[in-house]
Amino acid sequence: MDVDLWIKYGPKMLTGLVVTLQLVSVSLFIGALISLPIAMARLSKNKLARGASFAYVYFFRGSPLLAQVFLVYFGSGQLRYPLTDLGLWWFFRDAWYCVILVFSLNTAAYQAEILRGAIGSVAAGQMEAAKSLGLGKLVTFFRVIFPQALISALRPYGNEVILMIKGSAIASVVTIFDLMGASKLAFSRTFDFEVYFIAALMYLIVVEIIRISWEMMDRRLTRHLRPLSEQ
Amino acid sequence: MKLLKNLAAATLALAVSAGAASAGMKLKIGTEGAYPPFNFKDASGQLKGFDIDIAKALCAQMKADCSFVAQDWDGIIPALLAKKYDAIIASMSITDERKKKVDFTDKYYSTPAKFVVDKKSGIKDVSAAGLKGKTIGAQGSTIHSNFLEEKYKGSTIKLYKTQDEVNADLAAGRLDALLADSAVMLEWLKKKDGSCCAFTGPDFNDPKYFGVGAGIAVRKGEGKLRDELNKAIKAILANGTYKKINDKYFPFSVY
Amino acid sequence: MSELLGLLSYGDTGWGDELLAGFGITISLFLATLPIGLVLGFAIALAKRSENWPLRLFANAYTTVFRGVPELLTLFIIFYGGQIALQNLVGLFSDTIVVDLSAFVAGMIALGFVFSAYASETILAALNAIPTGQAEAARALGLSKARTLQKVTFPQLIRFALPGLSNLALILQKETALVSVLALDELLRNTQIAVGATKEPILFFSIACGFYIVMALFSSLLIGWAENWSNRGQQGAGA
Repeated sequence: MDVDLWIKYGPKMLTGLVVTLQLVSVSLFIGALISLPIAMARLSKNKLARGASFAYVYFFRGSPLLAQVFLVYFGSGQLRYPLTDLGLWWFFRDAWYCVILVFSLNTAAYQAEILRGAIGSVAAGQMEAAKSLGLGKLVTFFRVIFPQALISALRPYGNEVILMIKGSAIASVVTIFDLMGASKLAFSRTFDFEVYFIAALMYLIVVEIIRISWEMMDRRLTRHLRPLSEQ
Repeated sequence: MKLLKNLAAATLALAVSAGAASAGMKLKIGTEGAYPPFNFKDASGQLKGFDIDIAKALCAQMKADCSFVAQDWDGIIPALLAKKYDAIIASMSITDERKKKVDFTDKYYSTPAKFVVDKKSGIKDVSAAGLKGKTIGAQGSTIHSNFLEEKYKGSTIKLYKTQDEVNADLAAGRLDALLADSAVMLEWLKKKDGSCCAFTGPDFNDPKYFGVGAGIAVRKGEGKLRDELNKAIKAILANGTYKKINDKYFPFSVY
Repeated sequence: MSELLGLLSYGDTGWGDELLAGFGITISLFLATLPIGLVLGFAIALAKRSENWPLRLFANAYTTVFRGVPELLTLFIIFYGGQIALQNLVGLFSDTIVVDLSAFVAGMIALGFVFSAYASETILAALNAIPTGQAEAARALGLSKARTLQKVTFPQLIRFALPGLSNLALILQKETALVSVLALDELLRNTQIAVGATKEPILFFSIACGFYIVMALFSSLLIGWAENWSNRGQQGAGA
C-alpha cells in the first residue's frame, strides 16, 4: 500500500477510532442509566410496568439495530416541522445525537435484561436474611442484592461492551465518520483492500484489550468465591 | 427443496434479462438502481431509467445477450474488478482517479455538477469561502464527494450511500447545501419534497475533478469489449435511438 | 390513510409484494446460515478440545477474530475479498470460468463464521458440562463410541447448549439485515428502496421492524417448545 495513502487516510482512521470509542462509551453510560428503571419495571409486581418494559425490551432486542437507526434518523427527518414546534429538532438534526439515542435505547434493553437476570440470580434467602436483620427494602437492595448482582452481571456486561463496539460500525451508514466510516472513505478512494484488513485489526485490538481487562477484573472481584488454594 | 429454490432465486433475483434477441455474447451489466432518473427501481421491482435504456439499446446494437446486476454505489467498482459483471453503466464519470483502476468507453452523456441549497438559508456564494462552516452533503465515492473533500476543507462534509438520502437530508434541513449532478437534481427539484430548495451558483465541470462525462467502465485489459461498446455508442448516436431515449427523460440534450 | 395503504398494496403499484419477497429472502438467508454455523461451531468446539495444539490455536484464533471484528466489516471482506480470492484461485486452472460469489452466499458465509465463533463457545461449555464418568459408564455397558455419542452425549449436549444456541439464532435473524449493505434484496434493503421511492421512512421502517419482531416472536415460541422437549427427561420439567 502506498505511503501517500497512509499519510492521507491513516490519521482519518485514527480519528475514526476515537469517534467509535466516544460513541460506544457515551451510549453504554446513558444506556446503563436507562436500564435501571427498566429492569425494576421488569421485576415489578405492577402489571402495566411489567408489560410496558417487556414491550420495550422486545422491540429493541427483536429488531435489527440497523433498522432502528434508519427509523430514527430518516423518520425524524420526515417529522422536521412537528419536531421543530416541540423544540426538539436541533437534537434530531444531528446524526451524532440520533445515533447516540438509538444506541443508548438499544443497549439499555440488553443491559436491563442482564440486570434482571443478575438480580434474579441472588438467592432469595439473602432477601429473607436481610429482612430478618431488620434492614429496610432500599438498604437491602443497594447494600445486599445489587453488589452481588453486579458481580454475576460482570461477564454479560463485558460481552455487551464488545457487542456495542462491533455494532457501532452501523453509525457509518448515517454519515458518521467512525472507524468504519473512515475506512469506507479510504477504500472508496483507493480500492485498496488493505484498508479493511487494517480496520479489522484495529477493532480486534480494542476488543481484545477490553476482553482481557474484563477477565482480570472478573478474577479480582470473584476472589472470594474461589477456594483458597486458587487465590 | 423450497429453500434451494429460494437460494437460486436470491442468486438470480438481481439478474433481469434485458431481452436482447440474438445469441451473441453474454454481457452482465452492473448498475446502481438508486439514481433517478438515470437508473432506479420502481414498485414492480424493475430497473428503469436513462442508463438502463441506453444499455439495452447498446446491447441490441451489439446483438449481445445482456443481464443487469444491481450493486450499491460504493461497491460498484470493486464488484466489477471481482468480475461480478463485465461493464458498469451507471452514470459513472470518467476521471483520472478511476482510470487507474478501470478503463472507460467514450462518454455517453455529460451534465455539469451544481450546488443545491435550502431556499431559506439565503446562501448565494457557493465558493469554498462562502460555504465555510456550513454542512454540505454528497453521495459517497462520487466526483462530487471527492471534489468537496479536496476543495471545501472549511465545511463539514457529509457523505451518503445514495443520492436519495442526500436529498432527504437537505429537505429535512440537516444540510445547508448539496453538490450533485444537475440533471439528477432537476428531476428532484420538480417534486414536492424538492420544493424546499433551488440551484445556486455556476456549473461545475473542471475535468480534473468532474471528468469528461459519464462513460461505461470495463476491467483493464478488456479492450475488445470497450471497442465494441464504443462502436455501439456511435451507432445509436447516429441512428436516432439515442435521441429517442434522451427525449423520453430530458427536455434538453444530455450528450 | 388510504394513500398509505395503497403504498403497501400487492402488485406493481404497491410495495407490499416487494416487502414480502424481501422477508422471504431474509428467512431463507437465516435458514441457510443456521446449519452452516452449527456444523462449523461444533467442529470448532471439538478443535478446542483437541490434543493437537496447532488445531487448538487455530480454533481459538478463529473465535477471537470473528467475535472481535464488526459483522459489517466481515461481510465486506468476504464479499469483495472472497470473490477476488476465489477468482484468482479458479484463474489458476481456467480463464473462462467465472465464479460469482453472490451477496446471498457471501452473507451466508460471513454470518455463518460469526455465528459459529459464538456457537463454539456455547457448545464447548455444554460438552464440558457432561460428566466424563458418563462416557466411561457407557463404555462399561459395552456401547460403541458412535453409539455413546448418539445416545448419551448428544441428547445432553442439546439440552445444555439449546438456551445459548437459541439466543444466538435470534441474534442471527437480526443480523441478516446487515447483508442489505451488499445490495441483497432482503427485507431491509427492499424497505430502503421503498422509502427512496415513496419518501415515507416512518411507515416503511416501522413495518420492517415489525416483520423482524414477528419473526422473533415466532422463533421464541419454537424455542420454548424445543427447550421443553429437550428437557423431557428432567424431573419437574413438565414433560
